[in-house]
Amino acid sequence: MKTLSTAHLTGIAGLERSDVQLLLDTAAEFKEVLNRPIRKVPSLRDLTVANLFFENSTRTRLSFELAEKRLSADVVNFSASGSSVSKGETLVDTVNNILAMKVDMVVMRHPHPGAARFLAERIPNTPVINAGDGTHEHPTQALLDAYSLREKLGDLAGRKIAIVGDIRHSRVAISNILCLQLLGAQVRVCGPRTLVPRHIGTLGVEVSHDLDDTLKWSDAVNMLRIQLERQGGEGRVPYFPSLREYAREFGVDRERLERLDRVPWILHPGPINRGVEVTSEVADGPWSVILDQVENGVAVRMAVLYLLAPVRP
Amino acid sequence: MLVDPVRFERIIDRMAHQLIEHHDFTDTDVVGLQPQGARLAERLHVRIRELLGGQTVRLGKLDVTFHRDDVRKHERPLSPQTNDMPFLVEGRRVILVDDVLYTGRSVRAGLDALLAYGRPRSVELLVLVDRRFHRELPIEPQYVGTTVDSLDAQYVSVEWSEETGRDAVVLLQSKPE
Repeated sequence: MKTLSTAHLTGIAGLERSDVQLLLDTAAEFKEVLNRPIRKVPSLRDLTVANLFFENSTRTRLSFELAEKRLSADVVNFSASGSSVSKGETLVDTVNNILAMKVDMVVMRHPHPGAARFLAERIPNTPVINAGDGTHEHPTQALLDAYSLREKLGDLAGRKIAIVGDIRHSRVAISNILCLQLLGAQVRVCGPRTLVPRHIGTLGVEVSHDLDDTLKWSDAVNMLRIQLERQGGEGRVPYFPSLREYAREFGVDRERLERLDRVPWILHPGPINRGVEVTSEVADGPWSVILDQVENGVAVRMAVLYLLAPVRP
Repeated sequence: MLVDPVRFERIIDRMAHQLIEHHDFTDTDVVGLQPQGARLAERLHVRIRELLGGQTVRLGKLDVTFHRDDVRKHERPLSPQTNDMPFLVEGRRVILVDDVLYTGRSVRAGLDALLAYGRPRSVELLVLVDRRFHRELPIEPQYVGTTVDSLDAQYVSVEWSEETGRDAVVLLQSKPE
């Protein structure tokens, strides 16, 4: 019987290769559960999980909530809008109040990088799962991407995976790079110079600004969302001149794929800006893993919750 | 050694005959609990089909890890096994198969897991070894390979030729690491 080397999942950083493998292997068993006539097991029926979302999210929150319910846990949801956070309550106070109501595990999304780790250090006996902390990490997204890639490609050791788009603002990019490297894959990042951090190479990734070359190189490409809300507001210089120009240089369309001898798998963490990162033909085409990612997300999150669940006294 | 390879084979043979005495297997499925019960179910499945002249008999393998009542009593999470139930048991008769019946908790979890695949018309329990006197739940088998009276500290180990080179049941003085 194996176990994780950590009591919290604050990021991929700090995980061992064996942790990732255990998580992905366990997720495979939960994926089978999700395809049973009754998609529910009683493993966590005596636990209560709090989903604390200090930042908007649709799919991640829904995915976590489904994962919790499929494991028979009780679920409480919290979102920052309409709460005491707007009255000035601190994060630790908010969480301690929730824990005082006997919550056993916490899933948290927060706009500040490091928030999950900050919390995990202050409530060591309650497992904390990071559902995205600012531009820092989004570990369950990286795990479900790795799981989806493993389904398509088998062992990822030596495989070539590219991450394309807005690397600068992306927590998905960092978690993905670390996770794929743990599994032995070669990682390349590709995007406009303004959206690729200057020192990203120190993470041991290749850097490219040429999408066609990157598509040729890759076994799979993960197309990150252009975060329109972070492209510079009033009085700031935008990171690229126009969406049309971005799409022409860094968007994947059918013509680009047809020029290739071998088409890579296309991933996208969603929500898709259709016609920007990928065209509809690509998103809905036979190369797309996008809906597999969503399905696998629930199984991967079930594995995370199951493996981190506290021992019952 | 409680059961040697010769007797082991006779027990499987006898239980297969007992099953076809009561079932014609037109509406009966065999479901083994992972991992060891599934192995026993495979053996029985082969023998039953031989006895019935090659008739198709459905065989399922059920993993009960997520249904156990002690799933979070352990310091480490329990590792699941592959679950392979390619059919529904709605309205069917089910032979639930496990290697050793001890406290009855695995079988209880097995019943729970089985119900995710429909409402069976009936469920019967077949075990290779019945360690009576240690039951913690009111569960009794219909078909028993052999009965063992043992101390709680002892451990009944079923060996399979696929793994150790021989089919046997062995009584150990303590649970192996």
